[in-house]
Amino acid sequence: MSEFIAIFKRDVRLAAAQGGGLGLAIGFFLIVVSLFPFGIGPDLKLLARVAPGILWIALLLSVLLSLDRLFQADFEDGSLEQMVVARAPLEMIVFAKVLAHWMTTGVPLILATPVLGLFLNLDEQAFGILVLSMVIGTPALNFVGAAGAALTVGIRRGGLLLSLIVLPLYVPILVFGVSAIQSSLTGPSGSLQTMMILAALTLGSAALAPFAAAAALRVHLR
Amino acid sequence: MDGNVIFKYANPTRFMTLSRAMLPWLLVLTVASFGIGLYGGLWIAPPDYQQGETVRIMFVHVPAAWMAMATYSFMALASLVGMVWKHPLADVAAKSAAPIGACFTFLALVTGSLWGKPMWGTWWVWDARLTSMLVLFFLYLGYIAIWQTIEEPVKAGRVAAILAMVGFVNIPIIKFSVDWWNTLHQPASIMRMDGPAIYISILWPLLVMILGFSLLFSVLLLVAMRSEIIRRRIRSIRIAKIEGFG
Repeated sequence: MSEFIAIFKRDVRLAAAQGGGLGLAIGFFLIVVSLFPFGIGPDLKLLARVAPGILWIALLLSVLLSLDRLFQADFEDGSLEQMVVARAPLEMIVFAKVLAHWMTTGVPLILATPVLGLFLNLDEQAFGILVLSMVIGTPALNFVGAAGAALTVGIRRGGLLLSLIVLPLYVPILVFGVSAIQSSLTGPSGSLQTMMILAALTLGSAALAPFAAAAALRVHLR
Repeated sequence: MDGNVIFKYANPTRFMTLSRAMLPWLLVLTVASFGIGLYGGLWIAPPDYQQGETVRIMFVHVPAAWMAMATYSFMALASLVGMVWKHPLADVAAKSAAPIGACFTFLALVTGSLWGKPMWGTWWVWDARLTSMLVLFFLYLGYIAIWQTIEEPVKAGRVAAILAMVGFVNIPIIKFSVDWWNTLHQPASIMRMDGPAIYISILWPLLVMILGFSLLFSVLLLVAMRSEIIRRRIRSIRIAKIEGFG
């Protein structure tokens, strides 16, 4: 348990010290969301209809970009090797790292979302549900992404490969994340079922992805 | 699983001799199945009362889609056998199966699109099945990309094996999410993709075509595995030569 907390605190402290990663992710999020009105026109009604989808997709892409720094920095300076041979279970270490990654990257992105929702004329009722769906659903993005990042750590052009691997796996999370918002607009009880499935995706990936990631790290670090 | 049984065929040399003996027979059976299936499907089977002759695309589209799924399952199983039992040919089998599966998926998508044009009036439609096939295609591409990117075959095999298993676990989830998404965003008109219940005159050519596609898969797989084994031998010889042991 103490190792878990130690790794968690270490990653949070590192992320806080290297502010650049977070700033870049939020900047990217902002720019991508802003591109959509340029692409589909400034019609506010149309934007309001597609806003949940745009926000989720932009968030998803920002998380994808930030996955790079999950294992790469540790791989380069040798601390990942130490984690692989440490006495603490690698799966637990991965879990702690991903949790810290979510807190330092995912949560700020979620907090930025309502502001960007204003750009897209998002329906007023939907703001709360949007944030809630993201809080429930984005850990899944981080965990599934961590498995992908572990598979591609240390490979050149790993970023593109990571996108190709991880994006198909993101489809269910995206589908349910957006439909939670859509179904809430039709009625208050509509989104409960979707939120449950979203929570299931998060919990399931939190349980299983550390094992896949740990196995992948062991392959790379023999 | 009895370790002795599967490891009996683990020796690559024995695999090469065995596959060389099997290939001509499999090839003959494949051609025969396709011949009978296509004759039954294109000549004997009656046209659909709603869709007319275009329903005959089904005889290629359905087996291709079925094989796309079956091949991924084969890849995942081979990956599991490779990781758990460390069978030497398992990752060769998985690597060889992937491009074949990707082609089946692509074929399913293209034939589905060609079927869609006369049926729905558009080349592409985001219905649940086509969309799931598309995502499956992306899963194949990611898997193949790993083999292209990592040079060392054993390491690439292990990484790819993990990805194959992760992807396999995700396929039912993706299917479920696409079905959900599709029922949510119900298109304006109700589209019936299957047509009437399958009559025996349509069923038997379909089954023969599925058999034909399966045999085709086995032929292509064996040829690809043989190529991969030879490729690895060449690589070993080259490395040994460079290091001065050749």
